[in-house]
Amino acid sequence: MLDADFFRRWMTVTTASVDREAERLTALDSEIGDADHGSNLQRGFRAVKDALDKEPPATPGAVLTQAGRLLVSTVGGASGPLYGTLLRRTGKTLGEAAEVDRQQLAEALRAGVDAVMKLGGAAPGDKTMIDALLPAVEALGESFTAARDAARDGAVATTPMLARKGRASYLGERSIGHQDPGATSSALLIAALLDAGPGDADAGGGE
Amino acid sequence: MSEVSDEKLVGIVLVSHSAAVAASVAELAQGLSGGGASVPVAPAGGTESGELGTSAELIAAAAASVDRGAGVAVLTDLGSAVLTVKALLAEGDELPENTQLVDAPFLEGAVAAVVTASTGADLAAVAAAASEAYGYRKV
Repeated sequence: MLDADFFRRWMTVTTASVDREAERLTALDSEIGDADHGSNLQRGFRAVKDALDKEPPATPGAVLTQAGRLLVSTVGGASGPLYGTLLRRTGKTLGEAAEVDRQQLAEALRAGVDAVMKLGGAAPGDKTMIDALLPAVEALGESFTAARDAARDGAVATTPMLARKGRASYLGERSIGHQDPGATSSALLIAALLDAGPGDADAGGGE
Repeated sequence: MSEVSDEKLVGIVLVSHSAAVAASVAELAQGLSGGGASVPVAPAGGTESGELGTSAELIAAAAASVDRGAGVAVLTDLGSAVLTVKALLAEGDELPENTQLVDAPFLEGAVAAVVTASTGADLAAVAAAASEAYGYRKV
């Protein structure tokens, strides 16, 4: 089972991954975006980690709801409301439970991804974070490892896509050949689940 | 064209990636609204540190500052400005009650919104006038 501490570790590991990969995310964003994705997410997740360290929420749902709120208010770019909505909706779907299993997390994350698609209007194949998140959510029922691989493959698969959302869409054909920064950071978020887990995380919660 | 709601005027918030753009459009819209009642208009441009971007806190503060109880119309430029307002509205308690994101061109919509609000029109009429600005052809 996954408790509030697990979800805090998930956010801590994500913060460390974003710190480590910030330059790469910004470099990807400088090719087809406005070159601020790494620094924006870094600011947001550092604020999340600080707040969760200072006053750890009691439930998985509360951890994600608070993280989402902070991302909306601190990131400063489109990834703030998008990641903020993802985590808030996932947290709200988890409700008040003190512990949840991986299957429940998969279902809640699916609700979060749906909310992101509604907010941004993106569909699969539009070269966005959705292209990493949707396959990950589908694989999450199997294991955290499968989710990490699916997200990574989904991010890589955005390279030949034509951007249909956000600033990159103004570039038209010139957006082809670059991996989407949002899908890349989404893969980091999903990979962090595996690293946040207790050793038996993949055993817990399945059938 | 609209119902007059006592003396309470609809507030207008102008959200842009740039503080200078938001402030200038606010100034222009108020200047063009003539000698009508003074409509509460607040710009929310850029990030708190003065860079290009969107600040949820600046938006929330601007909305609170123009709320006179008749509703608040929020006009945005693009991208994260739109998404941040939508996310704040979904949050429920971050913006004053009766706050609406208006689908309108930023500058022309702001002028239409402020002029309409200055007549004492309600939020629906202000939003409609701002949206109609999409139909203003220049050629």
